[in-house]
Amino acid sequence: MRVKEAISKYGSTPDKLIGAMLAYQRSTPCNYLTEDDIREFASETGLPISRVHSVASFYSLLSTKPRGKYIIQVCYDVPCYVNDSVNVVKDLEKKLRTTMGHTTDDGMFTLEFSSCLGCCDKAPVMQIGDKLYGNLTSEKITEILSAYRRKQHE
Amino acid sequence: MSNINTKKLLTARFGTIDPGSIKDYISSGGYSVLQKALLMNEDEIINEVKASGLKGRGGAGFPTGLKMDSVKQAEGTPKYIICNADEGEPGNFKDRLLMENDPHQIIEGMIICAYATGTRHGYIFIRGEYLKSIRIMEAALEQARVKGYLGDNILDTGFDFDIDVHTGAGSYVCGEEFALLVSIEGKSGRATYKPPFPTTCGLYDKPTQINNVETFCNIPHIIDMGGTEFSKIGTDSSKGTKLICLSGNVINPGLYEVPLGTTVRYIIDELGGGVPNNRAIKMVQLGGASGPVIPEGMLDVKLDFAEMREKDLNFGSGAIIVMDERINVLDILKRIIQFFHHESCGKCTPCREGLTQMLIILDRFIEGTASGQDLALLDVLIETMSQASICGLGQAAPTAVKKVLEYFPEEFNSRIHSMGPVTV
Amino acid sequence: MKMVNIKINNRVVSVPEGTSIINAAKEIGITIPNLCYHPDQEVKANCRVCVVEVEGARTLQASCATEVKEGMVIRTNTNRVRNARKTVIELMLANHDMNCTACKKNNQCSLQEISANLGVRESRFTNVVRDEEIDTSSPSIERNQNKCIKCGRCIQMCSEVQGLGILDYIGRSDDVEVKPAFGWYLGDVACVACGQCSVVCPVAAITEKEDIERVWEAINDPEKFVVVQTAPAVRVSLGEEFGMEPGEIVTGKLVSALRALGFDNVFDTNFTADLTIIEEGHELLQRIQDGGTLPMLTSCSPGWINFIEQYYPELLAHVSSCKSPQQMFGALAKGYYAEKIGKTPDEIFSVSIMPCTAKKYEADRDEMSVDGENPDVDVVLTTRELGKMLKQAGVDFNKLEEDEYDAPFGLSTGAAVIFGATGGVMEAALRTVYEVVTGETLESLDFKMVRGLEGIKEAEVDLAGTIVKVAVAHSLSNARKVMELIKDGKAEYAFIEIMCCPGGCIGGGGQPLGGTDELRLKRIDAIYRADKGLPLRKSHENPAVTQLYEEFLEKPLGEKSHHLLHTHYHSRKH
Repeated sequence: MRVKEAISKYGSTPDKLIGAMLAYQRSTPCNYLTEDDIREFASETGLPISRVHSVASFYSLLSTKPRGKYIIQVCYDVPCYVNDSVNVVKDLEKKLRTTMGHTTDDGMFTLEFSSCLGCCDKAPVMQIGDKLYGNLTSEKITEILSAYRRKQHE
Repeated sequence: MSNINTKKLLTARFGTIDPGSIKDYISSGGYSVLQKALLMNEDEIINEVKASGLKGRGGAGFPTGLKMDSVKQAEGTPKYIICNADEGEPGNFKDRLLMENDPHQIIEGMIICAYATGTRHGYIFIRGEYLKSIRIMEAALEQARVKGYLGDNILDTGFDFDIDVHTGAGSYVCGEEFALLVSIEGKSGRATYKPPFPTTCGLYDKPTQINNVETFCNIPHIIDMGGTEFSKIGTDSSKGTKLICLSGNVINPGLYEVPLGTTVRYIIDELGGGVPNNRAIKMVQLGGASGPVIPEGMLDVKLDFAEMREKDLNFGSGAIIVMDERINVLDILKRIIQFFHHESCGKCTPCREGLTQMLIILDRFIEGTASGQDLALLDVLIETMSQASICGLGQAAPTAVKKVLEYFPEEFNSRIHSMGPVTV
Repeated sequence: MKMVNIKINNRVVSVPEGTSIINAAKEIGITIPNLCYHPDQEVKANCRVCVVEVEGARTLQASCATEVKEGMVIRTNTNRVRNARKTVIELMLANHDMNCTACKKNNQCSLQEISANLGVRESRFTNVVRDEEIDTSSPSIERNQNKCIKCGRCIQMCSEVQGLGILDYIGRSDDVEVKPAFGWYLGDVACVACGQCSVVCPVAAITEKEDIERVWEAINDPEKFVVVQTAPAVRVSLGEEFGMEPGEIVTGKLVSALRALGFDNVFDTNFTADLTIIEEGHELLQRIQDGGTLPMLTSCSPGWINFIEQYYPELLAHVSSCKSPQQMFGALAKGYYAEKIGKTPDEIFSVSIMPCTAKKYEADRDEMSVDGENPDVDVVLTTRELGKMLKQAGVDFNKLEEDEYDAPFGLSTGAAVIFGATGGVMEAALRTVYEVVTGETLESLDFKMVRGLEGIKEAEVDLAGTIVKVAVAHSLSNARKVMELIKDGKAEYAFIEIMCCPGGCIGGGGQPLGGTDELRLKRIDAIYRADKGLPLRKSHENPAVTQLYEEFLEKPLGEKSHHLLHTHYHSRKH
């Protein structure tokens, strides 16, 4: 998707900005908004660049730094925390050979802490894209990661 | 323990209908209450809600009938109605389940309220992480339009009303009314001061009714059975049922609908099955990360607005997070404050700087290098943040710390390295 | 007007409905400390310093944001309030570069003042300031993140009043910073250097670039002949830096002060303001007669020029080719005066005292150099800097005797002094153009319809049967409206005066701090009083200007004028 397409699909008024930016970001290979993207959103909506960057820098789901193809959001809030999310994090870091806040060398996965994902009865939980994975164990994590890797080769 | 076996209201359809099918909703009685409401007078509807005693289910507990009345009386058009589905309070998942399992219940509730207050446009503000809920609600709204429950001249009554979904983008503070309004306008979600309140000066400075998902879901039931009948459920100060999100160290975590007045202990033991491996409960947090923590000895407290207030507690949006004896209390507190620190909008001094400082001080206690001064500073921070922050985030963030100091003082006192001089 | 009765600290007060607590308290002589509050801006209520107790409210309330209601009971100084206020200040200081002695705003800082008043000697909290690089990329203003208290006054000024939106809150939580997008340098973004942000900043987060040392160096350099010129607005504002009431006319003391500092000649920009009227008036008449680009737009406000070059370069043909009075002076000082006194141009060091930060940018422009190498104006000092310089020299401004400017650039008219107020250039131009075109003497010299703080003002003048429509705009949000009118072909004016700053130059970015309409109105009043008090009030009656034409320039828009007094602007669109 181009920025112009996102704007024409969602609208160019200020109230449509966040929705347009989220949709546009999802379509980019590295899940982020470049400085030029921000400039273009500003020019298409007539808003100052500082305002568009203010919005992009405020919301956790928007990123101005390149990320991986799949963003793994790991919940770290109290219900998950008392249900072993610390070990989920350690497990993911070990298996993906990267650390929280960073992207794997092959650009496939980015590990991010997430605020509560609203799935506390299945703690510990992580979300990849629009899929929630709960009651995580080391085995389940291995399965999930392989499934995503397999998708890459299809 | 009366009323424990009250039939389910809000969760009645869960698992018995296909949430993607408006036909299923209709054949189970859905939208029949809307038809009844559209034949009622606007004030009649508001009076029923008042009579029901329904209080907001998002945590603030404001009487819903009063709120609707306020919006109806307020000057200025167009009016707005917003369903706050930004459910970001850790421990809560009831709104997600309501959206995913019975989306039309919410819509029906909103339409009835809009009709009663003279509102033409509504939003459902859904947090950006709830991608499935967003899809389901958008599809449900479209189905409702096709059937004529939304749009122009609804069911030939001359009443026009439609609802749009608006998504958040990852910000807990946007669950706070004013930050939510600002976010809908396409800006960063920085809370602003009140008054004026949204009922008179809300979205684009127009009268706006903002309510939680669960609150709107109660509306069709109130109109259906009548406010007085509804008020028979619960207690004197707390009418109706409450959706409880039970999580943490329990055998059966999940969503439970109980009449208000049920005790916390009943929910954990009878419904939740108690703690795995028979471990002891260390503390239970009520409401979510912004809520108070209580020791095992206080679990007989009722989910009752008045009783909670008497005990300087509150149950917020109804989450109950059980933590067993294995936890490190200070570590949990740090996690909670880190959450608020990450989510603070950064606009006002006490919250923005206070949370940073609180983390620094908590670390000293965790490392065992704290002094008596640090204990005094924690008190100062708790007081200043709860008294001087602009919005509920800053005001409520230190609650768990405050309650640990009150109920588990040894957790802090045992980590003091040396008392030292104290400046207050 | 409905009045309400309230109690503040047990005293009954009666104030109009809708008054905020902070203003109600003022009525009984209580100043509630505040930082983010600004009387002319939207309430922000984020600093939380001004919190007070309101009976019945669970939490403390921001007094700037709370309107009084009948029967309200307010307490501004209980233990609860004082403790909260002190803690808020300590929290602010914990994220602040607390080295006051090394700070540009030492003794002029609101945070410092409040801390001192509250008795806050230290912050009990850990200092977490991040020691960020100071942005010195702009020739006019400097941004220091380590001093910022995130009050947002600069954001409102830049977004609402100037309509530019260069600054915003970037980030969240304690990562929040007030800066341009991506933290880009001010010199790299479409900032116009107007300095309005620096006028409202309560601390040292945004300040003007300081060039005082360069002037000391020149004054103490025996090889340099240092001349200084003073803008119209300075003479009605400088007194504020020394405790005088806003609106005191201090022209004589100003000259005295500059002599006391050691300048070799003290000249007046007002002289070249009169000159500008002659040149610009003739340029306007020529455009009207020859069908040149109309409406013609004034060009003496460099913040405005920076604006049109970066935002509406396609309309540059409308701008007058006249240099600003500052630069006309600079060109004359080096290209005419030097020879007159037997010096070479680079022996002349030319300083200007301006109410303006954008003038620093203007002086540095490549075009503003007659010999192509040395700037015509070497250093621009703002009114605030002159105040500091005088304090450095221990000059007691209040005790100075009156003195007069030097010839040949010291004589000026009332038409020149009114340049300092919005509408002044227009009025000055009309006084001359009217008499030149009609050959008649103006009955009244006061064109009151172009005066005052209304954003865009219009007037019609009958010039020998032809009705000429003119307009006046001040602050860039209004300039933008005018630009859009021109673009849409709806600007049926012959001549438009545009000033970058609200109120005109008296509201400039280099003026004494505050940036309130109250201050602007008092200074504007002084400008028109100064005008009335002068023996000559029309630029074309200035004998020194006439003499300059006779001796040197020959005629308006002549070859010498074009070489020294006119220029071209160009597109700098990002």
